Amino acid sequence: MTKKTGSVRFESVVKKYGEVTALKKLDLSIDPGKLVTLLGPSGCGKTTTLRLIAGLEMATEGKIYIGGEDVTHLTATYRKVSMVFQSYALFPHMTVRENVAYGLTVKSAPKAEAAQKADEGLELVGLAGFGDRLPSELSGGQQQRVAVARAIVLEPEVLLLDEPLSNLDAKLRRHVREEIRQIQQSLGLTAVYVTHDQEEAMAVSDDIIVMNNAEIAQIGTPNDLYEAPSSAFIADFIGDANLVPCDVDALDGAIARARVNGQKLSVPSNGIRKGAAQMVLRPQALTLQKPDQPGLEGQISYAAYLGKEMQYTVETLVGSLFVIGPVQAQPFLRGDSVSVGIIEDQARLVSA
Amino acid sequence: MKKTVLIWLAIGLVSFVLLPWHMTEDGLYDATWMTDGVAATGLFSILAGQWWLAPAGLAILAAIVIQLAIDEPVKRARLTLGTAVAGLAFIALQGLIIVRAGPRIFETLFVSEAVMAGQPGMGAGAGICALALLFAATISLSQSDKGQGDAFVVSTIGLIVALVAIFVFFPVIHILVRAFEVDGGYSLTEFFPRFFSSDIWDLSCLISNRSCGVGINSLFLAVMTGAGTTLLGLSFALIFTRTDFRAKKLLRVLTVLPIITPPFVIGLALILLFGRTGTITEYFADLLGWEATRWLYGFWGIYFAQLLSFTPIAFLVLIGVVQGVSPSMEEASQTLDANRWQTFRFVSLPLMRPGLANAFLLGFIESLADFGNPLVLGSGYSVLSTDIYFAIVGAVADPAKAAILAIALLTLTLTAFMAQRMWLGKKSYATITGKADSGQNASLNPILKWACYCTALPWAAFTLVVYSMIIFGSFVKLWGINHGFTFDHYIRAFGIDFSTGRFSGVAWDSYFTTLTISSIAAPLTALVGLSTAYLLVRQKFWGKDAFEFSTMLSFAIPGTVIGVSYIMAFNFPPIELTGTSIILIIVFVFRNMPVGVRGGIAAMSQLDKSLDEASITLGANSFTTVRRVILPLMGPAVLAALTYSFVRAITSVSAVIFLVSAKHNMATSFIVGRVENGEFGLAIAYSAALIITMLAAILLLQLLVGVRRLRRSDRVQQIAKTA
Ligand SMILES: Nc1ncnc2c1ncn2[C@@H]1O[C@H](COP(=O)(O)OP(=O)(O)O)[C@@H](O)[C@H]1O
Ligand SMILES: [Mg+2]
Repeated sequence: MTKKTGSVRFESVVKKYGEVTALKKLDLSIDPGKLVTLLGPSGCGKTTTLRLIAGLEMATEGKIYIGGEDVTHLTATYRKVSMVFQSYALFPHMTVRENVAYGLTVKSAPKAEAAQKADEGLELVGLAGFGDRLPSELSGGQQQRVAVARAIVLEPEVLLLDEPLSNLDAKLRRHVREEIRQIQQSLGLTAVYVTHDQEEAMAVSDDIIVMNNAEIAQIGTPNDLYEAPSSAFIADFIGDANLVPCDVDALDGAIARARVNGQKLSVPSNGIRKGAAQMVLRPQALTLQKPDQPGLEGQISYAAYLGKEMQYTVETLVGSLFVIGPVQAQPFLRGDSVSVGIIEDQARLVSA
Repeated sequence: MKKTVLIWLAIGLVSFVLLPWHMTEDGLYDATWMTDGVAATGLFSILAGQWWLAPAGLAILAAIVIQLAIDEPVKRARLTLGTAVAGLAFIALQGLIIVRAGPRIFETLFVSEAVMAGQPGMGAGAGICALALLFAATISLSQSDKGQGDAFVVSTIGLIVALVAIFVFFPVIHILVRAFEVDGGYSLTEFFPRFFSSDIWDLSCLISNRSCGVGINSLFLAVMTGAGTTLLGLSFALIFTRTDFRAKKLLRVLTVLPIITPPFVIGLALILLFGRTGTITEYFADLLGWEATRWLYGFWGIYFAQLLSFTPIAFLVLIGVVQGVSPSMEEASQTLDANRWQTFRFVSLPLMRPGLANAFLLGFIESLADFGNPLVLGSGYSVLSTDIYFAIVGAVADPAKAAILAIALLTLTLTAFMAQRMWLGKKSYATITGKADSGQNASLNPILKWACYCTALPWAAFTLVVYSMIIFGSFVKLWGINHGFTFDHYIRAFGIDFSTGRFSGVAWDSYFTTLTISSIAAPLTALVGLSTAYLLVRQKFWGKDAFEFSTMLSFAIPGTVIGVSYIMAFNFPPIELTGTSIILIIVFVFRNMPVGVRGGIAAMSQLDKSLDEASITLGANSFTTVRRVILPLMGPAVLAALTYSFVRAITSVSAVIFLVSAKHNMATSFIVGRVENGEFGLAIAYSAALIITMLAAILLLQLLVGVRRLRRSDRVQQIAKTA
């Protein structure tokens, strides 16, 4: 299969459904050959964004470019974009081969050629020999791969996937997402992938676009988002985080001097300004010590043994903190008084 | 797209030059003009002095020039659109202004020789030119925005809108025009006294012995029928879903019967039982020495006949509603320690309330529109639907009165229809999605259960008796006088003279006409209905709500009103159709279209929308998507729409009775004629034969649908389940 791939660009795109604003003035740009994830809580506008790229919805305002070409007013039929649907949307009255060949035959490709290309596509997703079955005779994971094959045989400029794994069980999910990523990379496809599962997003993406309330909250690599969240929302959404109010007293280059409940700390400044802020404390950035050690005083309200680690909830003056600790011979128990230590270089600051 | 527009315009041009513009004497589809050599084609007519046909031809020519001359697509589309719309407007205007006979709407504006001389109705040439211009306009409209709109969708919308406008709105407007007509002109002030006359709205029956106005009669009957059918329907539905009653299959059968029963047959059977010489009347007369009265030929007769006819419809609606009450709600109520009565009273019943209102309004509208039962039973109680008929065919034909009565009836049905739309609106489809909750519906508390049994079961028994009468009565020599067994009625109706091979029975003509016309109308109805459903469920477009409303509207227009409006509108140019079989086909298509739309909507809502979207994103256009994805998956719904419209065409009488002609008589109007002559035996034998015919058609369909369901929808469900 030849490599033919396009960029995607939104310029101030607004989408309204009557009174509901599903997208507020969205600007984004996706480079060719990249897999970009749209991530966010339910109802934040991910599917809407995807459907705008597909041409299944028309933008209320703004412009959309695919492969540098203005496609704002082009309907889905005429855009060189393919989509993998959450429900797969395989045509139940056609065989697997007919399904995969569908996009080719509606463009009046010769039957034999279409069937051959379909078989190539099926081989690519590891379903060679399944062509004569009906979709209902396949397992969920296999149906999913047929849907992917059907989308990629058209050599789309952009491949769209809307929560493609949400109907699979947890184990299969990991396997299939690796496969999708591999196919995307080997074909050099531009892909836009929607999910609400942050772990899935971290695992497959080149870049992640985090959305919230019909807006983009932050764009970055998985590492950027985790290490340098731009807001409390991102910090909370990407990985677990405790958010603790603090005061930034002074800035010293890349280091900020901050106070949490009177305790002075030197943490990476992460571009913060002086004044009230919030400190992002990942569970592994916290340590539990005997109450006589320096740190935040607290009392354990919940302790659970998870095999490879211990999980604790600690009530402190700055709120309850979620802490992960090593499995110890003598673990802390519910009701124990403890002191919570902060590992300074793992803490991050975001604006309040 | 440019190619498609050009093809349509070329077709238009060719028919303008070659096809007769007007209707020829021998009808619309007559081919003799070709051999005559001097056909009055559009072009020829212009040369012969009918200059007013020129704009149509010029518009087509201009549009062709625009298509060829202009390169910029948006500009080309916009100019073509404007030209085509102007052409259509000219065709319509000249048709309405220059009229040979009938109401000349613009007479007072233009007085000229041409207007007074007039012209015949439009024919094949005019029709095809208009169609070509319409499609040129719609395709251009789809291109006239910045991007690629969907020509197929816009054209389908345009065509349906045009058809509904011509065959629903245009005739109804004619009634309005007639109602405002006075000698030599139109008058607003005359209308209101006529409309509010005491003939229609008199309430004196409430306070004295005099009878009420005919409108009040209709209204009272409709309220009673609505309430009665809802109550009976609810009892049946509760028995069916909430009890362990054994003979549920039998109840199901009762729901099919009214679909295949011509509307006056119930009235006939009641006459056989309770009429002056009816079996039961005579029995009691002998036993108790009562005098046989004519009580049946009044309010109570019509009321019973309507209850029998329309209860199954209420049952069909309410069974969905009762099943739609999620078992988990009732279980929740019971776990909160409510007893079964409290659960029913405070949870289930309030949840069913919209459904009950819906069933009531349906019964209300059906009762107002009912024509067959009042016709055979109503000599002592006049209602609007039959009075309209008598105003047209009676000794003194009075079209103006018919128009006023029709408007009164239309006002009532439309009010009910609006009420239904406003309160219940769209909710009604969404609940019946076949989404299966696990869990059990609460069974009824004993008192309620027996209340249901006591209302519903005697009624079911009564229905069975009535239907047995229909079979039995057809084999009896002379009902009430000579109960000897005979085949005479069947022989008279369906006799075949084997020596000459002729169909000598008197019913054959109308029987064959009925079958032919119904078989032509059925696929057209299904096509229009399902296309509309597709547009409503799957497409977004400007004015969709109004579109939906107007396509559903013909459901609320009683058959009698349609009948009157058709003879008023289509008896004269520009569209002159009375006396043809085409008008019968058209009336069936637009009367039964809402049923096709509803069926299509139900079927289409069960198809996951992402199937269409998948097809579209794979590069198929809407037409390909419909052809390759939607239609194959809708097989059963298509067949259902087909039989249903077939059967409805066979059984309908109200609109038909105005439109039949000696040449094209229909079974139902033939039977009504027999009833009016007192030939009950023949009428009943013919009705029984019709019922058997329709049963055969339905069974055939069930067989076909059954086979398909095993193969197709199972897969749909499986996919849906894994999804
Ligand atoms: N067809 C529609 N009509 C009206 N509102 C819609 C429609 N589709 C989505 N919305 C609204 O737009 C917002 C974004 O929806 P969506 O893009 O589906 O969110 P998600 O991020 O969960 O995929 C939601 O508030 C939703 O209710
Ligand atoms: Mg979504």
